[in-house]
Formats: sequence, C-alpha cells, structure tokens
Amino acid sequence: MRTVHRIDPDGVPSQREPGDIDRAHGNGLVATGLRHAYGQLTVLDLDTFTVAPGDRHAVIGPNGAGKSTLLNILAGTTRTQTGTITYNGQVVTRRGPAWRARAGIGRTFQHPRVYPNLTVLDCVRMGGWHHRHQPERTPLEALDLVGLLGYADYPAAALSHGHRRMLDLAVALAGQPRVLLLDEPAAGLTDTLTTRLLDILGRLPGWMAVVLVEHHMDVVAALADWTTVLHHGHRHTDGPTDTVRADPAVTALYLGTGGDDAAHR
Amino acid sequence: MSGPQHHISATVVRALARRAQPWSAFGLAAAVVGAVAVSPDPYLHATAARMLPLAVLTVSVAVVTGHAGLPTLGQVAPYAAGAYATARLALAGTDLALLHLLAAAGAGAVTAGALGALLVRYRATVFLMLSLAVAELTAITAAQWRTVSGGTDGLAGIPAPRLLPGLPPLTADRTVLLYTAAVAIAATAAAITLLDGDRRTLLAAVRANEARASASGHQVTAYLWTAHTGAGALAGIGGALLIHTHRWITPADVGFTTAALALLAVVIGGATSLPGAAAATVAVLAVRDVVGASLPGHAPLLLGALFVTAVYLLPGGLTALSARLASLPIHRRRPTLHTPEGPDQPVTRSTP
Repeated sequence: MRTVHRIDPDGVPSQREPGDIDRAHGNGLVATGLRHAYGQLTVLDLDTFTVAPGDRHAVIGPNGAGKSTLLNILAGTTRTQTGTITYNGQVVTRRGPAWRARAGIGRTFQHPRVYPNLTVLDCVRMGGWHHRHQPERTPLEALDLVGLLGYADYPAAALSHGHRRMLDLAVALAGQPRVLLLDEPAAGLTDTLTTRLLDILGRLPGWMAVVLVEHHMDVVAALADWTTVLHHGHRHTDGPTDTVRADPAVTALYLGTGGDDAAHR
Repeated sequence: MSGPQHHISATVVRALARRAQPWSAFGLAAAVVGAVAVSPDPYLHATAARMLPLAVLTVSVAVVTGHAGLPTLGQVAPYAAGAYATARLALAGTDLALLHLLAAAGAGAVTAGALGALLVRYRATVFLMLSLAVAELTAITAAQWRTVSGGTDGLAGIPAPRLLPGLPPLTADRTVLLYTAAVAIAATAAAITLLDGDRRTLLAAVRANEARASASGHQVTAYLWTAHTGAGALAGIGGALLIHTHRWITPADVGFTTAALALLAVVIGGATSLPGAAAATVAVLAVRDVVGASLPGHAPLLLGALFVTAVYLLPGGLTALSARLASLPIHRRRPTLHTPEGPDQPVTRSTP
C-alpha cells in the first residue's frame, strides 16, 4: 500500500494540541495520509485524524463530505487506498473490521444494522460475544440501558427505526469498545429517544473515545468537545465545538450547499 | 418475577420447546424405518435404504444453504470423496464399516475444506455458480481419474462392509436398511447437536447481517468455512452409505443431477431444518421413482412441478407449514410493539 503523508492543499491542517496528538499516538486511534477515491472522484483526503482516550470528537459536514467514508475506514469496513492507521501504537491499516472490533474499535451504522431474524436479546448477545465470560454489563442490562428491555424477546425485525437505532447502539456497547464510532446516531429519532441517546452517550466512561458523525448540531454541542468540519473530503476547519459552531463559515457551508440547515439547530 | 428474570425464564421455556421438535422428528423417522423393516418385501427394504445416502447429502446441503446461507450445488464433491474413499478401502480389503465411515468423513471434510477456502469468500449467486462448477468438475474428475474411479464404467463388485470383525457382511436388505438408517439418523442428530445453541445463533447472525457481525468482532469467513467443512464430513458419510447400499458407483452418482436433487429437497423441506431436508429427500425420490414409474419419461416434469409448488405454497418449506398455519388471520394476534409503554406479548421468537 502506498503511504502518503501530505497536507491536503484544499484543506487545512488540524488545530489539535500536540499533547492530544501524543495521547492519541499512545493509546488512541491515529489516521495519517488518508485518501480515498472512487475513480476520479476523491471522497476523502485528510492529512491526519486523531482520537485520544476520553475524546468526544464530532465530524460534521454536508452530505457527501466524506464523514461516513472516514468512519468506515477507521472501523476497517472500507480499506483505505493510501495512508496509515494506528491503534494503541500498533499499525492496523490492513486489519479487517472484525479484528479491529475485537481490539476495541466499536461502531454503529448510518442505517442501523441489526440481525432481523434474531431476537433483540440475541442481537446484543452477539454484540458482546467476545466478552461473554467477563461482561461489563449483561445483555439484559445493556437492553435496559437503551430502553429495550421490554422488547428482549421480540424479533429485531419487528422494531421501529428508532428502536433499531437504539439496538444498534446497545450491540456496539456490548462489544465493550475503547473507541466508539457513531454514524449519525440521532438520525430519525424522536425527541424522547434523542434525549435518551444524549443521556446514554453522556454517561459513557471517561476513558472511552467517541467519534460522532452527526448532522444534529444540538447533539454535537451536547456531546462533543472537538469538532472537525469536512467538505468534499477535505478538512474545512476544526476546533473546539463551541468555536466551530459559532463560525459563520461553517454555517455558510451548510446553507451554501442547499442541503442541511442543521447548523442552526 | 421481576423484569430480567422473567424474560430469561420465558426464553428458556421457548428454547426447550424448540429443541424438542427435531428429536420428535427422529422418533417419527425411527418409527417409519421400523414399519418398513417389518415388511416382508426385500425390494421395499432396498429401495428405502438407497434413499438414505442422498438424505444425508441433503442434510449437509441444508447445513451450508440454510444455516450458513450459501446456496450450494457443490456438496457432491465431498460426497464423491467419501464414496470413492470407501469404495477403494473396501476393494483393498478393509471391510469394517466404522473405518469406512471415518475415512469417508475425513475425505469429505478435507475436500470441502479445500474447496471452502476458495468458495466461502463469495456470496449468493456467485457462490451458487461456483458451486455449480464444482459439481460439474466433480463428475468430470470422476470420469477422468480412472485409476481411482474406474472411469465412466465406475467401480462394481465392491464387497459389503462388516459391523465388527468376525460378523457376517451386511448383505441382507433388511439389515442394510437398519444399519443405513441408524447411521443416517446418528449423523443428522450429530449435525443438529453441533448446530444447536450459540453456534446456531452465530450462523444466523452472520447470515442475517454480515457487516454487523464483522463490526462486532465475528470472523465471518472462518465461521462459514467451518460450517462448510463440517458439512463436507457429513456429505462424506453420505458417500460411504452410497457404497454400502449400492456396492457400485459411477460418475453419474456424483454429478449435477444428484446435486440438484439435494438442493431441491432442501427447498422443499425447509432450509434450516435438517430433519425436514432428510424427509423431503425421501419425498423427492418417491415422486421421481415411485410416482414417476407410472408416468414413464415424466419424472423431471413431476420434480419441476413439485419444486414450483413448494416455492409458491411453502416458502419456508414443509417444516414452516405449521408456523404458516398458525399465522393465518384466525390465529393472528396484533402485536403492540410501538406503544410508549412497551409490548404486552412477544410476537414470536424468530431465532430459527
């Protein structure tokens, strides 16, 4: 694999503090020189992306900005075409999603992925399979956490979209991740479920790193301490969430695409 | 009883009820075999015994197709490996049935393991097409590899096996039927036992959503390869039974027609029900050989009609019939899934 370390000429370098980057290199997730293209269309071009233990790192941007591609590359679902990914100081670039999950990189999906032919309880059991002998919490406790305890014996296929999204989260948490990648976890949720989601994510352990791809800026503001804005695969800007949120250029970015007006929400 | 404990108890009760179903099928199978065996007609004994090797092959196809989610025509390769290994052992003077079965299972597992290393990287139609190529190549190899297979003439005059040294060889039709039925039922029971519990759930999870399974740390390809290889051992045992019941073999016995019959039986019986697949094999062969005998030349048409009927009227196969009847409007209860307070009753437990 060709490794490219460069500063994307159309983007800006990360503003993260050297101390944060050092922590990420030690016990976190570091991606360097990521570039991914479909034919002539470059969907992601990032010099670095770092997540240290305890980080709450949001990734925002209009549709097509490369957010989900970044998440898929970090999770191993998509193999990056160039660049290097390290986790806990170990190069994992060529490791698949299953290996990374067992190593502690968990994820949810943009469209919640459950096992429709299994019961809700079995879905969570399968999520925590590799920790079944020493679980942090039992599957039933995980279901209780996301408010699905009463549905434990139902087929997952019978759940509503919002409940499937909560089940996807419970499955990811059952894997006891050290880095949790969340792909639009609030999309399609009712206000009640969004409140519950914020409550759950707000109580995640302090050592867990969270990467949050999200359009709902109120969710981002509530959870993230650092935000990266992607646009056409490049880093448009990054910084503390409050600063980014107040940046008129970010608002213009959302409104200018005619897509999301979520930056004002 | 409080929340979590109540749910665990209910789950356990349902799991026990579900587990009882395959074993009742074995009781029924044993009763049918017993009824056939007490008949004085040796032709009936021989006919029934000769159905059982294909039934074991069908069970192995059901493991790959139904449980691993990989529709296959390629299980005839380990079936052939088991059959020719048994034939060669018998012709070389080794006549112990148990040795034949172990060698056949080993040959089938090795063959399926080697093929699986390539095949299980693919899914759905691509897998099916590759397995079709395997079926064709199996028949071609059997026809061409004369030193092992005897070419298109096949191998004949294969000695009958013995259960133990010193015992007479298994030549009487009734004895062969009872022996074959015992092996077929034991092999199917072993497969059900191995595919029960968490292993069944793991395969169901992989079959349902591979991306989610991988993202939860499950080594999907390894699971599928293991299932494919284990099913190969089962097919190899079916191949050994083919030799023990027929005592001859030709490349036609391990070709596309055999593979298609097994897959057809899986569709009719219900892909995730191993006893259902075995029972459907008997039904398919009965239609082809018994009903078809009264309509000479029309057996393929009858099988086609049976297939279309099964697909349209019984999407889940014979074993789903009771569930479909239970879901008729007269029995159906409306679930209250999306009420804010939560559900009153579970709809069903969908784990197959």
